[in-house]
Amino acid sequence: MLFPLSPPPAAPPRVVVTGAGIVTALGIGWKPNAEGFRAGRLAFRPVSHFDVSRQRVKVAAEVDLPDALPPTGLSRRQVARLDRAGAMLLRAACGAWQQAQWQSADNVPLVLGTTAGGMSLGEAYFRQATRMPRRHRQQTTRAIHYQAQVQGRMVLDGLGFNGPITIISNACASGTSAIGHAWDLIRRGQAKRVLAGGYDALSELVFSGFDALQALSPTVCRPFDARRDGLAMGEGAAAVALETLEGARRRGAAILGEIIGYGTTIDRHHLTQPHPQGDAALSAMRLACEAASVTPADIDYVNAHGTGTLLNDSAEALAIRRWAGGRAATLPVSSTKASIGHLLGGSGAVEAVVCLMALREQWLPAQGAFESPDPACNFPIVHKPQDARVNVALSNSFGFGGVNATLILRRWI
Amino acid sequence: MSRVFVAGVGAVSPAGWNVAALREALDQGQPLPTEPVVRPGWEKPLQARPVPSPASRPEFLAHPRLRRTSPITHYAAAAALEAVAGLRAKHDGNCRLGLVVCLQSGCVNYSCRFYDEMLKDPATASPLLFPETVFAAPASHLATLLEAVTLSYTLVGDPACFLQGASLGAQWLEENRVDACLIVGAEETNWIIADALWHLDRPAVLASGGGALCLCCDPEMSAGVELMAITDPHTYSARNSRLRAARAMRGQLGKSSPGELLCDGLGDSPRANAPELSAWRDWTGPRVSPKRILGEGLMASAAWQCVVACDAVANGRFAAANVSLVGSNQQAIGARFVRADSSISHFASDGS
Repeated sequence: MLFPLSPPPAAPPRVVVTGAGIVTALGIGWKPNAEGFRAGRLAFRPVSHFDVSRQRVKVAAEVDLPDALPPTGLSRRQVARLDRAGAMLLRAACGAWQQAQWQSADNVPLVLGTTAGGMSLGEAYFRQATRMPRRHRQQTTRAIHYQAQVQGRMVLDGLGFNGPITIISNACASGTSAIGHAWDLIRRGQAKRVLAGGYDALSELVFSGFDALQALSPTVCRPFDARRDGLAMGEGAAAVALETLEGARRRGAAILGEIIGYGTTIDRHHLTQPHPQGDAALSAMRLACEAASVTPADIDYVNAHGTGTLLNDSAEALAIRRWAGGRAATLPVSSTKASIGHLLGGSGAVEAVVCLMALREQWLPAQGAFESPDPACNFPIVHKPQDARVNVALSNSFGFGGVNATLILRRWI
Repeated sequence: MSRVFVAGVGAVSPAGWNVAALREALDQGQPLPTEPVVRPGWEKPLQARPVPSPASRPEFLAHPRLRRTSPITHYAAAAALEAVAGLRAKHDGNCRLGLVVCLQSGCVNYSCRFYDEMLKDPATASPLLFPETVFAAPASHLATLLEAVTLSYTLVGDPACFLQGASLGAQWLEENRVDACLIVGAEETNWIIADALWHLDRPAVLASGGGALCLCCDPEMSAGVELMAITDPHTYSARNSRLRAARAMRGQLGKSSPGELLCDGLGDSPRANAPELSAWRDWTGPRVSPKRILGEGLMASAAWQCVVACDAVANGRFAAANVSLVGSNQQAIGARFVRADSSISHFASDGS
């Protein structure tokens, strides 16, 4: 029953990650992404999926998505109906599921974050309805598969499990909110394991929207750089298999890392601009630290939201400085959006997996595009490949509309 | 385990801009008149039930954050303000408020306008429209309007998602993260959603509006209604049909006592109704089907069902009311509300 709630366990269980799937412009799966993020490789190229000839900006971090999906329980017909976002989601979910070696089961919640779901199908629906209104072919399929919950059902059918689907659309914080919500579900005893993640594909409407706002960088996306001039768009998906430590140990699963804290707040300052002092971001980091029982001194790396826009980065820099205090001067920070762009609903989940990579392989994700530090940042930006002792990592995500979310992850030895 | 009460309800519907108008329309029992929705390239328009213009301009529209917002935010705001009116009077604004906004199609008006402008010429597509296209926009505006919001989520799904939102709110209350939590469901109409519904469910008539429940743990804040149960979400899948899910939901709500109300989701489409009709075929008590009067309001319809159920209990018409949400493409979830002082026994936690 969703209500009344079952009594929470006397002590919240520890929540570990036993599987991670990732799809970005750097590649599909752990290895190419780990290599790319470690090196700070940039993955931008001219947009090929839609016409950008009349846009101000013409590049994005597109995923090279193979035509064939990994084997799943989906029929050929179901596969044919998947749009690009759904295919990326399924690949990421498949990667996490297989790595965790989970078996088909009932009652495994699926928690996803997305801002656009099957937007490309919605766009196709609109174009056909306005240009060829008497033509109905594929419109019904588009109207159904445009919806994020239907993409979630494809994951269930594809991987052969059943359970509640929760779609969180907290704008660019969606992926982090989804993993945080999944963490909450396990901690409260409402689930023993949860598949969680985030995804979004490049779409004409969203790309044009950010271009119209002049939020896209016409040069190179350089978060926290004194000469930063905007963000870059990307696409991708990531999923993590979360379960109780006890459950993972019982079945002898390999553990990739542990999620130890989550905090979320709302910034009511403006629909698209953060509070200039970073108040809500600061609160989210503090709440996450409180939940994790750690202090800034315990954090070894911050994966910043770091979009590369003037306003986000200055507010986030101030929030990090206020939160970290004296620790800020030596606290390594980077934004992996410099490599793969802003994945919107997918970014928080992808960045959580990047943190897992750093924790597991003991390096700091390098921010490939960085020239001159903004004086507002009094923390070191990781801009070159670097091995390091990383025991605890913090990942920030801040969304349009003001939802701020922070995750804290710990190394598993 | 805390008890959860309903502190207030609010609604904007084709019947008008408050719960009283909704109640009156349902009492009259006649489907509300429809209006034409012109769709490009078609001579014969589709039919829909839009929200009528308010008798006077709502005061909240003077808030600077709401000046460029689309109708979905207006509906959500009006329903939310009605639902928290009692709470605000009692708490004088000193209340940590949670907000869960549930949407299915979301901000379609500005999405279509922006995309249309973009296709014509990206260079002149309005940057003012784009931020209003995101699912999270209504929640953001509501959080600013209500001021006391400390925690906010936007959930997307089929209409049964509204009860997922209610369970999330109950969770936040249980954890003392908020003092009260608003659950809002809202939708706006335009030609493309009417066109999509025509493709998916031809007899259905699209409607717009919003509904809100304000949940709390403090009995002093209660409007006389207690949330007794929300069933599991019975997700549709290759192995779990809509019919099977609806029956499982019905099974979890258990047997009812005489004199209880069923607030169901039956509309104008026999095909869409079939699983829910089958699941509730043993129901002999009174029932109300808001969609038959108001139309298919997607997430707003789910919110209206809950509002109608709570209102019927709060007004003493029924000692208890069951809500049946058999969603279009995700899940079936049910709920049960009872009079706050009611001694009616509710089902066992094992669903028997």
